[in-house]
Amino acid sequence: MRDALHEIVEEFADTPKELRLPLLLQFADALPALPQRLLDDRDAMEPVEECTAPLFLAVEVEPGQPVRLFFDAPREAPTSRGFASVLHAGLDGGTPDEILSTPNDFYLSMGLDDLVSPLRMRGMSGMLARVKRRVAAGISA
Amino acid sequence: MPAEFDATTTIQQYAHPERLVTTAWLEANLGTPGLVVAESDEDVLLYDTGHIPGAVKIDWHTDLNDPLTRDYVDADAFAALMRAKGITSDTTIVFYGDQNNWWAAYALWVTSLFGHADVRLLDGGRKKWVDEGRAMTTDIPAPADTDYPVTQRDDSVIRAYREQVLAHIGNGPLVDVRSPAEFTGELLHMADYPQEGAIRGGHIPTAHSVPWRRAADETDGTFLPVDQLRAIYEGEIGLTPQDDVIAYCRIGERSSHTWFVLTHLLGFENVRNYDGSWVEWGNAVRVPIEKP
Repeated sequence: MRDALHEIVEEFADTPKELRLPLLLQFADALPALPQRLLDDRDAMEPVEECTAPLFLAVEVEPGQPVRLFFDAPREAPTSRGFASVLHAGLDGGTPDEILSTPNDFYLSMGLDDLVSPLRMRGMSGMLARVKRRVAAGISA
Repeated sequence: MPAEFDATTTIQQYAHPERLVTTAWLEANLGTPGLVVAESDEDVLLYDTGHIPGAVKIDWHTDLNDPLTRDYVDADAFAALMRAKGITSDTTIVFYGDQNNWWAAYALWVTSLFGHADVRLLDGGRKKWVDEGRAMTTDIPAPADTDYPVTQRDDSVIRAYREQVLAHIGNGPLVDVRSPAEFTGELLHMADYPQEGAIRGGHIPTAHSVPWRRAADETDGTFLPVDQLRAIYEGEIGLTPQDDVIAYCRIGERSSHTWFVLTHLLGFENVRNYDGSWVEWGNAVRVPIEKP
């Protein structure tokens, strides 16, 4: 797992249970806004259907360049925003190999499963699966 | 002491107007002794981003469901929850939430299983309150513990089990409140909820399809006027208020919303919610299934 993501997982695991949702909310608040080129071209973003709220992502893969990740989720969907922000903070700027090596169930170690229902957690795996698919497609393209 | 009822005309048209309040009424009554506002959302972080001033959070997953068995919390856990939220047995609880009060109606239904007398829904839910620009806060209230009594859950009146549903086929109306694609079996789970799937698709034989969301106005999320609700449930599918009705969906949350509509807005006397719903039925061995 990429170090940046590993550190976030540990940060959640080390945070007392009652402070983990506030921490996720901090991540939700910290999700960067989309760059103008994506705001102008919403069709370039892929909807994540596993999320209960409208969530979109885009992945930019260029040979020899760090992978760039972009997420968009409404403020009314803070849990989805929080998950997206965790992935962004943990994987944006990584190499394709680093991203593809992320365990599909990495989030199980965050200690959120008692707090967020299993179906909500699926949003996280749905996002990661899509990111990986896009990275893999970007390498082979 | 329970709070006064909302005398607004739009509320008075329903069979049990004491079960519904408007956003204006709630704003005017915030802080009234004996009134507790409770937010129940689909998104567990939403409350923490801001909520109605003084409102407590009740989480459908961690507060109302047993952590081990697929069932609701027991009497002791429910009493402990009410005590921690500053609720006494004669408190007026006004529930509200996201997604057209979907989870708020579920919390209200579970609270009703424990016999709490005065439970109400905020018409239009969280979205209407926010859209109207009414006050929100991130301050979390710290109510003093109460002496809420341990009251046994009564599952016999408004809750139905699989065996009862099986016996109901052909003997009483069933209302399937899921989306049309779930009803026809095209989808094995609700769109966006792959985890809550079933091995088989379709619906319980004889069930009428009335998606739960039809009961709410598409724009502001308030309940439709009573004549429009009657046109749907009595006109379209022929229910009568005396019928013994069972509603179901996927895990019993959307059908709580329909249970609220039939029971409190239309005055049906015998409505039960089958919370096992399609996640149980569509995975059960040898129960009959109908597919169009």
